[in-house]
Amino acid sequence: MLQEGDRVVKLEDLMGRRGEWLRGEGPESDIVMSSRIRLARNLADFPFVRLAGETERRQIAERVEAALKDSPFAPHLMPLRVDELSELDRHFLVERQLISREFAEGQGLRLVFIDHQERYSIMVNEEDHLRMQVMRSGLDLEPAWKLINDLDDHLERHLTFAFDEKFGYLTACPTNVGTGMRVSVMLHLPAVVITRQMDQIFRGLEKLELVVRGLFGEGSQAMGDFYQVSNQVSLGRSEPELIAKVGDVIPRIIEYERKAREFLMNESQENLHDRVSRAFGILKTAQTISSEETMHLLSSVRMGVHLGLISGLDTPTLNELFLLTQPAHVQKLVGTDLDSADRNIERARFLRKRLNG
Amino acid sequence: MKCQKCDRPATYHITEVASGTPVELHFCEEHAREYLSSGQKLPTDQMTQVTEQVAEHLVKHLVVGKAAEELKRLDEQTCPYCGISFHDFRHQGRLGCPYDYQVFREQLESLILNIHGETQHKGKQPSKGAEAATRRTELIRLRREIKEAVEREEYERASQLRDQIQEIEESA
Repeated sequence: MLQEGDRVVKLEDLMGRRGEWLRGEGPESDIVMSSRIRLARNLADFPFVRLAGETERRQIAERVEAALKDSPFAPHLMPLRVDELSELDRHFLVERQLISREFAEGQGLRLVFIDHQERYSIMVNEEDHLRMQVMRSGLDLEPAWKLINDLDDHLERHLTFAFDEKFGYLTACPTNVGTGMRVSVMLHLPAVVITRQMDQIFRGLEKLELVVRGLFGEGSQAMGDFYQVSNQVSLGRSEPELIAKVGDVIPRIIEYERKAREFLMNESQENLHDRVSRAFGILKTAQTISSEETMHLLSSVRMGVHLGLISGLDTPTLNELFLLTQPAHVQKLVGTDLDSADRNIERARFLRKRLNG
Repeated sequence: MKCQKCDRPATYHITEVASGTPVELHFCEEHAREYLSSGQKLPTDQMTQVTEQVAEHLVKHLVVGKAAEELKRLDEQTCPYCGISFHDFRHQGRLGCPYDYQVFREQLESLILNIHGETQHKGKQPSKGAEAATRRTELIRLRREIKEAVEREEYERASQLRDQIQEIEESA
């Protein structure tokens, strides 16, 4: 199906690139890190992935591969056999948000198509046969929908997706049925966290049937004050309605964050300035530093830069530092597997080099 | 019907089957959530994340809006296409094939209503239509039957099935 040789080279290529969601451009990109839309689809004539044997998984992958071939998307796509990658490479892709953690840790034949600019990826044999996602820097949901809708239209011309008049697109788990769509916006909310308003936001969003998750790190833990807001329901509302459901609430959360920053600047600018300067100082001088501490400090620095308290750093560089200091990325930078203690030393070395340059 | 823990109306009707003997429970949203998160009262900042878990729990361990005695009968129902039983679905939390939505339609409809608050899809439709998809799903059953026919050395049956498969595949 895929050539063994060119795969490794291509994966390494990603390291030197700045993926779409790190660009730090686009509307409200000081607070909104990125926007993402994913669609779940299944081929009508195969059992769902958990019941599909290796032969069926291969047939599903071949069908998708054939459907993408000769498409306008094909020249930008890099296929990777995820089940043949090392654990480090799989985590590397998870950190870049190109594949899900479940997909990285799954079983059996698994394939992902990655756009060279990391604007979109297509997972084959995740929980559903197809999980495609489009990412944009900043708050930019409309273009994301346009792109993923085009991709879906193209695939649909070559594949028949499981669909029911009443329940819509059929998925392995009834929580995703209907549109199969999840709209997510990633926000950086350090001032809201400092002023302890996250509770209030959580409660408000819940009433709107929206889900909030921490970004980075395991489970729902919010590392680096990054939060992901997404729709909970996927059936009974059209795609544009779901996009509006998430999109309409984001400006209100941004407003909370801006007000909280303003409050901190007015009430205790010295304390805030001290806090972000100390964070910057530690990042520039530490000799060993964990991923958690790095995220925590980078979050302060990121806010400090946007408030004009720290100069000489831009948003894309900061976004990139969040990614490059993740465990798998540190190991990729060094070019070898490292244990946690060595990673902390290499991470500190990398940060000193990048921030003192 | 009132929530069995407070005076609010019960919106979650749950049949708990984990203990072996089915028990019917009726809760308002807050108490359903509390019940499903192992009875622990959660701080509000964790509430939103739990809402999604509620949906997962409903899928995984519970049958919504069903009388206890019906459950055993339901559990034994199996899909003629992929072979999973309703019991299997409840324990795995995942369906086996698209046809399960036909076989377990009634049960899934109340589950879907609980998760999404709606049961009618709105939005994008595949250009080929739902019928083409339903027809193609038949291939799951036919491929399974042809395999079984060959194993049993029923070659005439296998040849009929092959024709049917070809017909569906060519119609796409």
